[in-house]
Amino acid sequence: MASLPERFEKWFAAKGWGLRAHQAEMLDAAQDGADALLIAPTGAGKTLAGFLPSLVALAARPREGLHTLYVSPLKALGTDIARNLQIPVAEMGLSVSIETRSGDTPANRRARQKEMAPNILLTTPESLLLLSQENSGVYFKDLACVVVDEIHALAGTKRGDQLALCLARLRALSATRIVGLSATVAHPEAMRRFVGPEARLVQAKEGAAPEITLALPETEIPWSGHMGLKSAELVLRKIAQAKMSIVFVNTRAQAELLFAEIWRHNEENLPIAIHHGSLDIAQRRKVEAAMAEGRLRGVIATSSLDLGIDWGGVDQVLQIGAPKGVSRLLQRLGRANHRLDEPSRAVLVPANRFEVLECEAAMAGVAEAALDGDPPRPGGLDVLAQHVLGMACAGKFHPDDLYREVVSAAPYEALSRPDFDAVLGFVEDGGYALAAYERYRKLFRDSEGFLYPANAKVVQQFRMNIGTIVEAPLIKIRLLGRRGGGFGAALGEVEEYFVNQLVPGDSFMFAGRVLKFIRLRENAAEVVEAPGKEPKVPAYAGARLPLTTNLAARVRAMLHDPGCWGAFPEQVRDWLALQRRRSRLPGPNGLLVETFPRAGRWFMVVYAFEGRNAHQTLGLLLTKRMERAGFAPIGFVASDYVLAIWSAYRPEKIEQLFHEDLLGDDLEEWMETSSLLRRAFRQVAVIAGLIPRQLPGVEKNRRQVTVNSDLIYDVLRRHQPDHILLRATRADAAHGLIDLSRIAALLARAKGRITHMALSRVSPLAVPVLLEIGREHVQGEAEDLLLAEAQALIAEAGEDENVHGNFIHGPKGQNMLFDHT
Amino acid sequence: MTAAPIHFRNERLMLDPSGAAFWPAKRVLIVADLHFEKSSSLAARGALLPPFDTRATLERLTRLVRLYRPSRLIALGDSFHDVQGHARLSKDDRTRLEAIGREAQIIWIAGNHDATPHDLPGQCVAEHREGPFVFRHQAQPLLGLREIELSGHFHPKASIESRAKRVSRPCFVSDGSTRLILPAFGALTGGLDVREAPIARLFPRGLRVFMLGQEQLYSFALEQLGRLAEVA
Repeated sequence: MASLPERFEKWFAAKGWGLRAHQAEMLDAAQDGADALLIAPTGAGKTLAGFLPSLVALAARPREGLHTLYVSPLKALGTDIARNLQIPVAEMGLSVSIETRSGDTPANRRARQKEMAPNILLTTPESLLLLSQENSGVYFKDLACVVVDEIHALAGTKRGDQLALCLARLRALSATRIVGLSATVAHPEAMRRFVGPEARLVQAKEGAAPEITLALPETEIPWSGHMGLKSAELVLRKIAQAKMSIVFVNTRAQAELLFAEIWRHNEENLPIAIHHGSLDIAQRRKVEAAMAEGRLRGVIATSSLDLGIDWGGVDQVLQIGAPKGVSRLLQRLGRANHRLDEPSRAVLVPANRFEVLECEAAMAGVAEAALDGDPPRPGGLDVLAQHVLGMACAGKFHPDDLYREVVSAAPYEALSRPDFDAVLGFVEDGGYALAAYERYRKLFRDSEGFLYPANAKVVQQFRMNIGTIVEAPLIKIRLLGRRGGGFGAALGEVEEYFVNQLVPGDSFMFAGRVLKFIRLRENAAEVVEAPGKEPKVPAYAGARLPLTTNLAARVRAMLHDPGCWGAFPEQVRDWLALQRRRSRLPGPNGLLVETFPRAGRWFMVVYAFEGRNAHQTLGLLLTKRMERAGFAPIGFVASDYVLAIWSAYRPEKIEQLFHEDLLGDDLEEWMETSSLLRRAFRQVAVIAGLIPRQLPGVEKNRRQVTVNSDLIYDVLRRHQPDHILLRATRADAAHGLIDLSRIAALLARAKGRITHMALSRVSPLAVPVLLEIGREHVQGEAEDLLLAEAQALIAEAGEDENVHGNFIHGPKGQNMLFDHT
Repeated sequence: MTAAPIHFRNERLMLDPSGAAFWPAKRVLIVADLHFEKSSSLAARGALLPPFDTRATLERLTRLVRLYRPSRLIALGDSFHDVQGHARLSKDDRTRLEAIGREAQIIWIAGNHDATPHDLPGQCVAEHREGPFVFRHQAQPLLGLREIELSGHFHPKASIESRAKRVSRPCFVSDGSTRLILPAFGALTGGLDVREAPIARLFPRGLRVFMLGQEQLYSFALEQLGRLAEVA
């Protein structure tokens, strides 16, 4: 086993540390020139283990130029690690230069980094754009090591696909090793392959088991709702009992609401802050700095604090609302007490009864270290398209060489040559079969088959569209002085559509304050503080994660076995017992379906436990089939646990509704028109470079010139349904948004084992989902119905307004409301 | 598809959910902002959009011509996305357009994108007047006495905050007495919200929109747009 050079040995000893086994194994791997994946819990000295071999090598042979490239999913993580690395470097007097680089790095520093690379460069996957620059071969030729941190948060995502392709390129340009650092994951083998086919797996010892408790409001446990506001006082008490707490919530809207509710009760004025991804970066940094200095007692945070940075002082983590997955919960628990030998303390605060079950199931899952998460999906073709163009921008390439390189990246190992060629065809001339863009080609082929960018504009457009994160258009929020003067401090950004529905004078909650909307100026919404008004809460797209398969299975199993109920609070036990008397309990296998009449409608409640996304898809498919069967379905609502559909007529022959061919005949038809697919297409089209990113500062009335992706989707779907971007879109949707694999698993599980309970009234377990009615979104096809309904509503509500002539006045004798209804 | 009638003085226009308007008395079909060859125009600037937009627009237009059997077809300008657009029409698309030209006399009004005349069937004009109507590309702030203006240019769209979600659609917009702006008919044309100043200031006395639906139009007054949740 490797030993430390003397200088390092002394430094370790001075710190009172010993070399840990996994750190030694990482040194061994470096000595053998092997790739390695280190899996370690938080607090195990993971980062040091990753960098130690590079520091040892640079100490033995100081040199110029880039030696180690560090890539992490968070910019802030790079900054933090750079600071931490300076300590051993300074204390041992090593001559090692360390710098960070990200989108925020000033241009002059970037230019200097291009001229004179530091020994260690800390960056994000997006900054590997460097690879598409012409001199990249020279820049990276002496690269010895790439360290990819939090690799579990990247593998299986589009950023991960992009990173994998960049790593394949780095291997082609240099003799670099690749080192991955990962939290404990369900699929270590997939993670190891992501690092490299021959990568060594190094597993650190697991730390002390976390101590998790459940905290419930003293009053009734709510039947529904996900915000957990009833527990605000309880949360405040828990914060008061610890030195510093992170209070994790599931959505940004929940963060705002809970923050306000906690402060309503915070009579002692405990310093409690808020942190989420929409807040201005400067605001977030302030909160982080206050945490680091121990000036805060609590922070309400979303996944913006899930990863990375080491907050020494945090001794308690609270999770408000359902944890949604064991791995996610563990990641969050790890934020408390970054010391391996002490257990982290965590409190789960469920917001409703089903969430009590979910929290209990998650605690059991943590105890067994039963991690969840699906193996990473195959790499996206849209990301590949961006990469192909990037490689052309870096210099000419031959398709045969690039194909070999691409399939050496784990996400693309199964990519066929025809698919690669189709992507290449898309990059070259759009890849349209029926009408050619020969004269507008982006790449030229020379006589030997090498490809180059057709002109400088192609390169320039590529640079402006790099990256795989596609966001909805955002509007800045600027806080003006009390009298509405001044330029205004930036508080953060909200989605444009939310601002569009505000009129001056409206108030809303953001950054923990109640704000009054004054006006929209350029690309910013100007606001003033307006405490005490009843505010709206901004909604954010795609913030909610569905329940994982693993956790769902646990909840099902616990429900069915009264032996497990001992741990549940009494109210929950009573609720389940009542369900057992009045209907059945959903089992670990099979599928419970209840039907009952209520308020002139028939309800069908499906206890599928497959997560909201899968339930929403299932709801669309089932309602189509019910329509054909003549049950006249009216609507449906999906929670993470249950799907409820209501119809005009009594649903019968339930078994037939759930026949496995449900996924066959209706699916295609629905997929094609669903708004989910349209959203997925927009992302794919932006990443692949078909439509440009929406850059901030573009004037409103120029928008009509840019092309709406929905329209492109419609035209393409009609005229070339097998186009590579439509294929990429369908693949994306199948994996995430519509969760087809989980519906397939459900139908297989339920086959021949459907228990249909025909009840005379609502069952206890069905109450929560019925309380969700009206809060859920109806999908795209219902848009016309919604418009018709809105029109009718206004006609109804506005009858007397017509008399008062609030609409449009015109000269006498004209029918101003027109004769159209 | 159900068209909705709208009356200007004594003339009736039928607003079709496809975004076209029909004047039965004179058998005139009116469409705005076809933007033929938009994709090839953008392709020349580096965005390789699907080159099927002209065909998609022509197919919809052909269906309308079969349905209404107009004697004249008035295209309210920006019929081509750029001045060379007509020269880039594929052979098939040109044939489709010529077939329409045999059914109805086409009046091409010049737009800001396609200001120069071309050799396609029909006649190219700057403006067209007929009965009480003046047909032009872009609405003028000041109208002549008793003039009723039919125009395009702005690609108006509107959105309604419905019970479950925000629904945004292209729309006709009118004050019911002096002017009507048609939505863009072209397959790849985005839109400008009617509440934005360039459109809103043309309707100082308020406006009403007719949003395009699959089978019919949906009508709302200006005050109801964007924030229905509080109205209803």
